Amino acid sequence: MDGNDETTGRVTPITLPSFIEVERMSQKLLQMSGIEKRFAGVHALKGVDFELESGEVHALLGENGAGKSTLMKILAGIYPVDEGEIFIEGNKVSINSVKDAQAYGISIIHQEISLVPHLSVAENIFLGKEPVTKTGWIDWKRMIEETRKTLQQFGLELSPDVQVKKLTVAQQQMIEIIKAVSFRAKMIVMDEPTSSLTEKEVEFLFQTIGHLKEQGVGIVYISHRMNELFAITDRITVLRDGALIGTVRTKETTADQLISMMVGRELTQYYIKDTAPENGGEIVLSVHNLSKKGVLNKAGFELRKGEILGFAGLVGAGRSELMKCIFGLDAFDEGEIRIDGKPLIIRNPNDAIKHGIAYVTENRKEEGLFLIRSVQYNITIKVLDKFIKWWFRVNARYEDQRTRQFIDELSIKTPNPDQEVRNLSGGNQQKVLISRWLATNPRILILDEPTRGVDVGAKAEIYAIMNRLVKEGVSIIMISSELPEVINMSDRIAVMYKGGIRTILNRDEFSQETIMHYATGG
Amino acid sequence: MVYGTRSFIRANMGILAGLLVLCVIIAVLNPNFLTTNNLLNVLRQTSTNLYLALAMTMVIILGGIDLSVGSVMAVSGVVTAMLVALFDVPLFIAVAAGLLVGILFGALNGYVAATTVIPPFIITLATMNIGRGAAYVLTDGQPVRVMSDAFNFIGSGYIGGILPTPVLYSIIFVILCYLIMNKTKTGRYIYAVGGNPEAARFSGINIKRVKFFAYTFSGFMAGFAGIVLASRMFSGQPTAGVAAELDAIAAVVLGGTSMTGGYGRIGGTVIGALIIGVLSNGLNLIGVSSFWQYIVKGIVILIAVYADVIKRKTA
Repeated sequence: MDGNDETTGRVTPITLPSFIEVERMSQKLLQMSGIEKRFAGVHALKGVDFELESGEVHALLGENGAGKSTLMKILAGIYPVDEGEIFIEGNKVSINSVKDAQAYGISIIHQEISLVPHLSVAENIFLGKEPVTKTGWIDWKRMIEETRKTLQQFGLELSPDVQVKKLTVAQQQMIEIIKAVSFRAKMIVMDEPTSSLTEKEVEFLFQTIGHLKEQGVGIVYISHRMNELFAITDRITVLRDGALIGTVRTKETTADQLISMMVGRELTQYYIKDTAPENGGEIVLSVHNLSKKGVLNKAGFELRKGEILGFAGLVGAGRSELMKCIFGLDAFDEGEIRIDGKPLIIRNPNDAIKHGIAYVTENRKEEGLFLIRSVQYNITIKVLDKFIKWWFRVNARYEDQRTRQFIDELSIKTPNPDQEVRNLSGGNQQKVLISRWLATNPRILILDEPTRGVDVGAKAEIYAIMNRLVKEGVSIIMISSELPEVINMSDRIAVMYKGGIRTILNRDEFSQETIMHYATGG
Repeated sequence: MVYGTRSFIRANMGILAGLLVLCVIIAVLNPNFLTTNNLLNVLRQTSTNLYLALAMTMVIILGGIDLSVGSVMAVSGVVTAMLVALFDVPLFIAVAAGLLVGILFGALNGYVAATTVIPPFIITLATMNIGRGAAYVLTDGQPVRVMSDAFNFIGSGYIGGILPTPVLYSIIFVILCYLIMNKTKTGRYIYAVGGNPEAARFSGINIKRVKFFAYTFSGFMAGFAGIVLASRMFSGQPTAGVAAELDAIAAVVLGGTSMTGGYGRIGGTVIGALIIGVLSNGLNLIGVSSFWQYIVKGIVILIAVYADVIKRKTA
């Protein structure tokens, strides 16, 4: 609708003589032009253009629901295209199935890893194309040999015999990439590949990507993490509401420009945080010398009323583990937890909830939401007591009112309270999960990676909710691996390292360097 | 949530259509099917399976299974019959004892399922054998005859000279189970534990208590079904309820409940049980031998569940 076609200065293929066309197209690995897609009533893609050159890392950026995954699903043969054309190495193709896509050298690495856990590395890489001997048996020797060679090539020190389930997430992801390459993939789509990787593993992934680039593989990289985009991509294409907003060279753009392209407005108030009065509130929660063998080592901190205490640290430093102990999900060996100065015993989450603690998990789909149930079900599940009429009956009308209140207050975008949560976008799912815990009227709210996998607009809204809660006197603990987020939203930052709290920084000491210094044990 | 008949019909459209088609076919082949007497008869024949299936719905939505219900029927029926016939115990105490036996078996299943990692399929497979064995040991393998009008009234009586007692219980239990699943905390939690056990744990839902409740309720319902069946047969039989668990599971699955847990409806199970009841009644009326009835039942289950899967995919 914005008529962006002119900006690329490209002419539609049909109007040109075919011989010229072929020459022009042959430089491009992939060219998708004028892609249209409609789902029952939803115009998901509005004439989107996208191209990929060989040896290029091209990021696809946009809020959840902008059409990134729809576009990639069309490329992968999962959805048929309504209108538009796809060229691969200059030839017009039609991709009607996943098999077609594979034959054209397109490979997608999904957020969820799709390896068979009980099979070995070699078996996984060769799954569906096992080499056979003359007699028709599987040629194990060749399979193992070739796997070993490939692993070496990628710098992985792994045995081809090891079961995939024994590998780390990062290693599994490498195996997925190797699998894709072994299918002779010319294009690899990576959908948020770093969402569950540690810093070190991310580094390794980036090395692998560099390796693939040298081999001339084109990579479509989907991620919300700005620093990654600037680290490895060559170009960035931004989509919004199913329309192409523009394609920019990474070197010539800034994070602010990308964000405003994504949301269609300047986000002057991206991080919404009023500074709390210094040492204002009394201590509501204090943790002393909490230890758990191999996980936590004498962790201790104090949380004041109305503050946001950020928790920074590397993955595996014990941040979530510490919170799970406080919330009664895990047991600990030694230590003490006090609320309002009084020591208390927390055996299970209900004990914690009774003392006004709430914990919003980092894995909202696995540990948080009941995906096939409604928004209302998910919001009220912890507070059904409030709607009980007579001696057991849950009153539907009160429940409905309360749900609508949350939908309004947190501006959850859902057609109605009966909508199944799995149909909501990531940001709205997160708001549903936060609502569940706000419904319990917590005094202490623990948010574990509250904006992971959430688009920029929803992020800002979640920050606004946090800011409002703090003003109302709620104390918030926020675990976050995004340093800009911790720095901008926290009043103080606790940095964890190897199960212990290395230091607690005040606002005037905040900087990425300082945090990383302590997070790495300095 | 929208309650009421319209949403009930919408949610169970496919299976309701199947039930109607089945009724029409049978009525065409034998008009006697549609008499009030026969229809009440169908409801009566469906009732014991329905008691089991209602509780089985909860257990399956929870992500479990209860194979022991058929055997528990036998033990409860035998215990009640023996107390009445051999020990002359007052009826209500005998019935209470029979129900207690069912509850104890259910509680055992629930306790082990809640506190260990043994799969419920294995736990209830074990208690299924224990129950059947107990029924044989108690009776020495012989049926226990009961000559008591009061006892016989439980399963063979009529209310107001028309409504068979088992049908009355069916109505009460359907309402009760509907309320539990849709209007109580426990019901919500059953969906939660079956749909996403990790999320339930992180929400502080007492998973053990929910499991314990569902299995215990299943044991209670099996005990009740066993007593009603014993009353209808005027005897406690150690062979009663063989393979009854499978009919109950069939009714639940026909009703659209997911075997992997998290999804299902009491209303669907009622229709599922009715399909099984109508089918065997109809096949009898048409004169199909009981050997062939098994084959027909198997085919109908396959077709119905497949149709349901297709419908859900396209919906």
